[in-house]
Amino acid sequence: MDFPMFHLDWLNDRFLIAVIAILHVFINHGLAVGFIPYITWLEQKGVTNASKDQITDLNWDNLIYKKMKVAFIITTTIGAMTGVGIWFSVALVSPSSIGSLIRVFYWAWFTEWLVFVTEVILILIYFLTWKNSNTSLKAKVRHIKFGWFLSIFSWITMAIIVAILGFMMDPGNWNNEQTLLNGFTNPIYFPQLLFRTPTAMLIGGVFGMLLTTIFTKKGCDIRAKAVKYASKWILVWTPLVIIGAVFYWSVMPSAMKDNMSTAVGSMEFAQYYDLLKYFIIGTASLSVLLALFALMKPKKINFAFVIVPCVLAFGFLGIFERVREFVRKPYVIGNYMYSNLLREEDYPLYKRDGILKHATYTAITEITEENKIEAGRDVFMNLCSRCHTVNPQGVNSITYVFERMYGFGKPLDKNSMAAYIPNMHNGRTYMPPFAGNKKELDALVAYIKQVQQTGESLEGVQTSGVKINPLNSVKSVTEKLEENKDYSED
Amino acid sequence: MKLLQVNTPVPKDIPLDLPLPEWLLVILLVVSFLLHIIFINLMVGGSIITLWAQIKGLKNKEYDIFAHEIAKTITVNKSIAVVLGVAPLLSINTLYTIYFYSANALTGFVWIMIIPLVTIAFLLTYLHKYTWKNLEKNKHIHIAIMGLAVAIFLFIPLIFLTNVNLMMFPEKWGTVKGFVSALVLPNVLPRYFEFLGACIAVTGVFITWYNNRKTYPIDKIYSSFTRYHIKKIGYSIATVGLALQIFFGIIVLFTLPSKGLGYGVISIMAIAGLFLAYALWYCYQSIICPKEDIDLHFKKIAVSILIFMVFYGGSRQMYRHTALEKHQELVTAHTAEFQKLSKEARENPVEETTDLEIDESLGEIAKGSAVFNQYCAACHRTTEKLVGPPITEMASIYATDEAGLKNWIKTPGKKRADYPQMPGFSQLTDDELKELAKYILTFK
Ligand code: HEC
Ligand code: HEC
Repeated sequence: MDFPMFHLDWLNDRFLIAVIAILHVFINHGLAVGFIPYITWLEQKGVTNASKDQITDLNWDNLIYKKMKVAFIITTTIGAMTGVGIWFSVALVSPSSIGSLIRVFYWAWFTEWLVFVTEVILILIYFLTWKNSNTSLKAKVRHIKFGWFLSIFSWITMAIIVAILGFMMDPGNWNNEQTLLNGFTNPIYFPQLLFRTPTAMLIGGVFGMLLTTIFTKKGCDIRAKAVKYASKWILVWTPLVIIGAVFYWSVMPSAMKDNMSTAVGSMEFAQYYDLLKYFIIGTASLSVLLALFALMKPKKINFAFVIVPCVLAFGFLGIFERVREFVRKPYVIGNYMYSNLLREEDYPLYKRDGILKHATYTAITEITEENKIEAGRDVFMNLCSRCHTVNPQGVNSITYVFERMYGFGKPLDKNSMAAYIPNMHNGRTYMPPFAGNKKELDALVAYIKQVQQTGESLEGVQTSGVKINPLNSVKSVTEKLEENKDYSED
Repeated sequence: MKLLQVNTPVPKDIPLDLPLPEWLLVILLVVSFLLHIIFINLMVGGSIITLWAQIKGLKNKEYDIFAHEIAKTITVNKSIAVVLGVAPLLSINTLYTIYFYSANALTGFVWIMIIPLVTIAFLLTYLHKYTWKNLEKNKHIHIAIMGLAVAIFLFIPLIFLTNVNLMMFPEKWGTVKGFVSALVLPNVLPRYFEFLGACIAVTGVFITWYNNRKTYPIDKIYSSFTRYHIKKIGYSIATVGLALQIFFGIIVLFTLPSKGLGYGVISIMAIAGLFLAYALWYCYQSIICPKEDIDLHFKKIAVSILIFMVFYGGSRQMYRHTALEKHQELVTAHTAEFQKLSKEARENPVEETTDLEIDESLGEIAKGSAVFNQYCAACHRTTEKLVGPPITEMASIYATDEAGLKNWIKTPGKKRADYPQMPGFSQLTDDELKELAKYILTFK
């Protein structure tokens, strides 16, 4: 309504955010939060297992260093940039929601930033001074300490961000009080943290084992030793993953669970809504099996054994994030703002006046027979485009979802669509209620019908630019304000 | 006071208070941005200098070593630059939500490309750094890697500058179509070249400092270059950078759109410029002075550049402030006005008598038929299948089980494999349900 609408008509806007966010979570959890403590632990093992006259077992130390190098390069490039990328993409697709969240969470984010800076400096020190620290025991011990500090700071960054994510799902009593602390005391916070921590550790361990099989020769002692340590690590954390998952599931508000079936895939796969549960159990048991096997026959372990659990572990994290993103629909900020970026409290006004009157960027203030299609397009852009595309080939395209209901290839019936849309939020609880008035509904339906006929697509403002609503330009706003002033002076 | 053009949009702001006083946000923005930009300067300038030195290194091996030494600092500086960028981003997002996000969206495609492009540039700098030995025999390929990274690094600041420029001119938003049209708005390109000058200047000063550290074993690293020699290179680089900066700085001043200009802005920018000229003068002195005096002016140069940055950053913020002040007032008033309307509408909701179109001629089943048309007709026809089964089929299933029918409507199950799931209608009142069931069951 108040922002020009960026729109990707093929990829789907939500998909853009999802791709960047999931990549970031993979790297943050798998290569930082869960991986650094694992690396530090192994570095420490190198010192404790070294013979009396050595500072550390140098071959061992070199293997651990190489693993760390992979994590260092990936976290400081793809990891760091996808972190910024989440911001960028959310600000493009969902500016009102991130704009609101920032106002509430400024200090949380600011603190997060301070922790971030510390984390980056620690990782630079930890990695870049590794080789130099091998010259004396004192330096090595200090180096290992840096590793533990770094582990703690990585964890804290996650702990803060989880508060924000948890808050977005269930704002607790934020609606009434709107303070920062509420974000942290919201009911989903601890369960989510308790679930994410061991999950990150599990993924870190499995990924670590995978790297071992890449950096060492098959059957050599050092590989056997490293694989055994990874197995122990996995065996310790896996039970905690299960406990965390059960706890998390039990506190998720039941309304959100109703959305679960669609969250996991699309509606056609509704029956797979247990998928996530099985995925968690499957991945956990497979990791345990791998770990047990590796403990008994460490020399047999090779890349092929580890890659499957590793991909599954990342996959499970990915599905978890997808579900998390989805269950909070139809809201972006629970009970405050819908995912179409409209605040719930403004709905009565939109119902009364229609949305176009209050939209900053539209050329249409009065819907007529001639401009109906254009009006419908603007209504679509404001109410549906955050989740649906227009391009028939696009992800979750609007003609596809309607044709799936009314039959593929059949001409869509305006009356049926007009009857469906005002009720869609009842049956399909992941969608916000339709906000416009009757005329706008007719315009939207006419537009969808035309789209089905022409197969056209919808350009976002990044290519088409914006048209300014004459009712919301400097001229008319100034006039309106002056009018009001006159009234109040009378 | 400058008049705002009429076709300027006045969006509504986010109706939540700022999380901290505006002046504090402004200070946080300016200070954190300063820190961020210093490391950005080192990252961009460092990669340009590395490329230059490595090409020179094809003839003179010492320059190749010099390039390698600078290259090692880029990967560190770039990490710090990115993480330090988060705070100013956060602050500008909070302070100028409407303006910044609108500019981002209008240049959306190129704006989001920052993420993959910078990632690639970062990976290239690592590749470049870690293949120095392996590509010893293929210098051209190795230099090309850096060349690509530099090309990306040169492009990214242009995107940022285009955005922070566009955000100050809401009156242009209606005319912009994509990145290129925003790029050619006045003042973007001069600011960009001024910025490149700053990158080179700051990197030059940094090189001098870096090579002046006592713990840095110059004689072990180089065979013929001495500390003096390298410091002199540093000062020469800084001199070139400062000269560029002053030249383009003057152009910036003359091409600034008058909207945000005032005596305050101009005089602070001019003072900033004087500090730059001061730094330039002493950089030049350091190049031509006797060998033993080379360190004499270092502090003066570094401090005056820093002061320049504070003043210039401050004047930029002042400019932005005056440019947007009037518009912000309108936005605030418009937001308040909208909230008032919204509150009124909330308190007097238009009665949604769900305008059931009751057709009295149907008698007994008039209400049930109306409810059906309202909620069910989108998916059910009388005798043929639409999304769900026809009414006749419902009636035959539930002919003797009204309770079961009501139950289904409230919480439908999943029955037919080739049908989608039916949504539940828990919002229907008991009365509506009764009428609805009555209506359906007349089709027995
Ligand atoms: C919050 C995101 C969101 C918004 C906003 C949204 N939808 Fe949807 N819509 C979805 C999702 C998700 C699906 C399910 C896709 C699937 O099953 O694969 C869906 C499905 C649908 C379906 C098919 C429903 C069914 O029963 O099969 C229709 C029709 C539809 N949307 C229309 C609209 C219209 C019209 C608008 C705008 C007024 C809109 N949607 C706004 C997310 C949204
Ligand atoms: C979004 C489309 C949709 C809407 C709206 C809808 N239905 Fe359905 N309905 C279906 C589908 C699809 C089925 C088949 C479901 C299945 O077999 O799993 C169905 C099945 C039924 C059945 C058959 C149940 C059975 O036991 O076989 C009844 C009765 C029914 N609907 C009544 C209603 C009533 C009453 C309404 C309005 C309040 C309504 N439906 C609105 C899609 C819809």
